[in-house]
Amino acid sequence: MFRFLLRRLALTVPTFIALMFVTFVAIRMVPGDPVEVRVGERGISAERLAMFRHELGLDQPVWKQFLDYAGQLLRGDFGTSLATNQKVLTEFAALFPATLELAAAGMLFAVLLGLPAGVVAAAKRGSVYDQTLMGLSVTGYSMPIFWWGLLLIMFVAERWGLTPVSGRIDLIRFYFEPVTGFMVIDAWLSGQPGAVKSALHHLVLPAIVLGTIPLAVLARMTRSAMLEVLGEDYVRTARAKGLPAWRVVGVHALRNALIPVVTVIGLQVGALMAGAVLTETIFSWPGVGKWLIESIGRRDYPALQGGVMLISSVVIGVNLLVDLTYGLINPRIRHG
Amino acid sequence: MADAAQPDLSPLRAFWSAFRENRGAFGGFVVVALIVLLAVFADFVSPYSPTEQFRDAVRAAPAWAEGGSMRFLLGTDSLGRDMLTRLLHGARISLFIGLAVMGVSFVVGVLLGLACVSFQGMLGSAADVLITRVMDLIMAVPSLVLAILVVAVLGPSLTNTIVAVTIVSLPRYVRLVRASALAELGRDYVTAARVAGVGPLRLMFVTVLPNCLSPLIVQAALGVSDAILEAAALGFLGLGAQPPTAEWGTMLADAREFIRSDPWLVTLPGLAILVTVVAINLMGDGLRDALDPKMRRS
Repeated sequence: MFRFLLRRLALTVPTFIALMFVTFVAIRMVPGDPVEVRVGERGISAERLAMFRHELGLDQPVWKQFLDYAGQLLRGDFGTSLATNQKVLTEFAALFPATLELAAAGMLFAVLLGLPAGVVAAAKRGSVYDQTLMGLSVTGYSMPIFWWGLLLIMFVAERWGLTPVSGRIDLIRFYFEPVTGFMVIDAWLSGQPGAVKSALHHLVLPAIVLGTIPLAVLARMTRSAMLEVLGEDYVRTARAKGLPAWRVVGVHALRNALIPVVTVIGLQVGALMAGAVLTETIFSWPGVGKWLIESIGRRDYPALQGGVMLISSVVIGVNLLVDLTYGLINPRIRHG
Repeated sequence: MADAAQPDLSPLRAFWSAFRENRGAFGGFVVVALIVLLAVFADFVSPYSPTEQFRDAVRAAPAWAEGGSMRFLLGTDSLGRDMLTRLLHGARISLFIGLAVMGVSFVVGVLLGLACVSFQGMLGSAADVLITRVMDLIMAVPSLVLAILVVAVLGPSLTNTIVAVTIVSLPRYVRLVRASALAELGRDYVTAARVAGVGPLRLMFVTVLPNCLSPLIVQAALGVSDAILEAAALGFLGLGAQPPTAEWGTMLADAREFIRSDPWLVTLPGLAILVTVVAINLMGDGLRDALDPKMRRS
């Protein structure tokens, strides 16, 4: 196991180096100079311009800039945002819990509905239920989630007034210092009456939007994993033993079908991050996705660069964890 | 499939009958064909020009709604442009993006995937490692985030949308070609061809490649719908095709502020995306079942 762990870890190192290289090169190629953006239209003297360039290290040769960049990253310095003059890592760390909360809620939504849907579709293969559920799954899988979000806002929030349109909590009624960064938990900790309800109300629509595609993928995956397992001998044995159908499907089959499904859940993290960019933009959810899009608008190179680095690192890290867990559950993977 | 076992059925006919049996797939195929026809003949079918502005009828309601008229069947947008016309022309742009991305990633994917397994010795394994690593890297970055980065670098435009989405979707093709080519290379017929003195290029493209095509075709079909979705997302974020291009995602972004007053402006472009993508996906699923019953979409 230890050797497997080492080998898997070693494999991520070149990925990280390549990632550094790509983000670095990409940002150098951006049209428009960050100094000019910062200076604005009025202009400043040539001396001040040179000083700014020097401050940002833009007067150095490119290879040296890359080495500096790599060295900074290794020391945990992801640069300084041009727009706010704050450390990118600090900004990211402040916004990331919001994204994490949204992603967790979206995943919860997907798992709570997707697993049962997949199990039912497999157990009643070919029935109306199966066909309806799989039809819905294709629709969910094909959903342009930015439109889906707008539709939900249009009906649920605007027309029926059931939920708020944007944000994480009713800021006029509630204010408290962030403790964990998770609004629902912070609201609960604050002890203010109605705060948790408000936070949940704000969370529900974005979570549904973000969870829709994972839900569709999960329902489909669960169905095919279940179908495979339901054909196994031990399931036939369980049936022959006279166990009730729900026990055969829900316990004997589902347990074994869960292994591939859990992996799929883990591998959805990348898709969740991509979805978060769109979902956060639609719902003005103050997370890293919305921040990333805004930093493009401001031509904030370091924020974009650091943001892409950090988001990708999270995804690589989670995928690594999924792999290791899988190796732990299934010894055959370790020696593959 | 039972049909495949019948000796008198040609592979193409066996495929077609298996495909026909799948109602969803066939329905998807019909819808896709219809959308393709509409897109190709958009200039003849649509009542107006996609950029023509009717200043007297800004944000006119669609025909069935209150205050709507037959003049603009689906209403007009915030600049008084006919929605029906723009949706039809949008189909052209979305399908073009989807097909362009698929075509380029297909060709490049085949070349890179075969390059991974073609060469022997140190150089060969170095090429394999390099290509696989780069693909792993692309897969590690969330697709939309990478596409955003590419567009931020190159500047937002229709061409750059295609470039960005192609880069993002390339790994799936490369991995697929590499994996299936590796599996085929161990087969006896390949050894036989080698022994018969077939050259390396011919071996790869004529002997091995045709046997890797089934999963690739399925991937290509599903790749078109993924590309359309991805491009529309970029358009929605203002990083795709730029106004006044009638691209569905861009149209949605323009309509956002009228979500309360004129809901159809938001509803219609999204519906167009959804219908197109669902139809292509149904068709792709049917292709997979017909071409290779063992393969499952993950």
